Amino acid sequence: MEVAIFWLLAVIIIASAAATVFSKNIIYSAFSLLFSFLGVAGIYAMLSADFLAVTQIMVYVGGILTLILFGVMLTNRITMMSLKTDVFNFIPGLTIAAVMLAGLLYVIWVTGTWASDSPAAWDTTVETIGTLTITRFLLPFEVVAILLLIAVVGASFIARKDKQKIQS
Amino acid sequence: MFEQYLPVLLLIVLAVAFGAGSLLLTGLIGPKRPNQVKNSAYESGMEPVGTAHERYSVKYYMVAMLFVIFDVEILFMYPWAVQFRMLGLFAFIEMILFIGLLFAGYYYIIKKGVLEWE
Amino acid sequence: MESLTLNHFLTLSAVLFSLGVFGVMTRRNAVVVLMGIELMLNSANINLIAFSRYNGNMDGQMLAIFVIVLAAAEAAVALAIILNLYSNYNTVNLDEVDQLKE
Repeated sequence: MEVAIFWLLAVIIIASAAATVFSKNIIYSAFSLLFSFLGVAGIYAMLSADFLAVTQIMVYVGGILTLILFGVMLTNRITMMSLKTDVFNFIPGLTIAAVMLAGLLYVIWVTGTWASDSPAAWDTTVETIGTLTITRFLLPFEVVAILLLIAVVGASFIARKDKQKIQS
Repeated sequence: MFEQYLPVLLLIVLAVAFGAGSLLLTGLIGPKRPNQVKNSAYESGMEPVGTAHERYSVKYYMVAMLFVIFDVEILFMYPWAVQFRMLGLFAFIEMILFIGLLFAGYYYIIKKGVLEWE
Repeated sequence: MESLTLNHFLTLSAVLFSLGVFGVMTRRNAVVVLMGIELMLNSANINLIAFSRYNGNMDGQMLAIFVIVLAAAEAAVALAIILNLYSNYNTVNLDEVDQLKE
């Protein structure tokens, strides 16, 4: 049962990621990215990371994908030109990606010495995450607040300049 | 452990089956007799002007971007709220600091008039 | 059927990462390049969470949370830059944007 669900999710993720990367139409790319993110959320649930599965759906699907769709809509005049973008460097790109994949698979299956047996699963991870955030990961937690502050200020500053230019 | 996700799986299967099934069935067995009145805009609906594929204003992007950044806060607040009783005063102060830093960003946005719609 | 091992998840993430690399290197449109980067970040998260699960240690999951937060901030800033690029050059094709000043 678990193995079957894993393969189902793997096929969904890989197929939609391939569609994202190979599709000539940006809108198709963005929407196949949706299925990729949802499949990854399923993989997190299989790895008993329940909080992260919900987070994946909330932040990636509900947030980042929306932003990317806005990016697509704001940067393309859909009526003027077809949404096609061409692929360039096809052969070098494919070669480098294939070499990288071969290297990773070699490391994973041949030289990897990590334990492959599954220990007991966690019941729920939210309490542990809450405790770890305040104790062991306190400094990264506060640094993230500063990072988000910088992101808010920076992104609104950059995009606002754009707005003034349109008005003038 | 994995069995507890079976209801979720069942819900996904049912939702997809219902959506696809009702679309397919109406297409297959519903009668199709279009005429001019049926195809026109409903009652006092306006005739569409221009195309639907206009370029959106940047203002929409600003709102979406701010949503994403403040959405991420929940990620830290939810586990903190679950464990609040165990963590005590120190965690409360740290969270106040966290929220305070984000409010500084919020204050910047309001002052700069990023959210003004005009 | 054999049961799931850590290597299954690592292989999935390796394939996803290679697809992301391919997308980043071969696409002209800056928005699609951003999508490739998101795919790569997702594959890194799968790795972190898989190791966290099979080592019985929560640190990987914490790291994955920080990666997601960084991805959100990165997407917001990157798309703001892309929008600015579009208003200056009227294109988001990365090979046509080759000047640092107008």
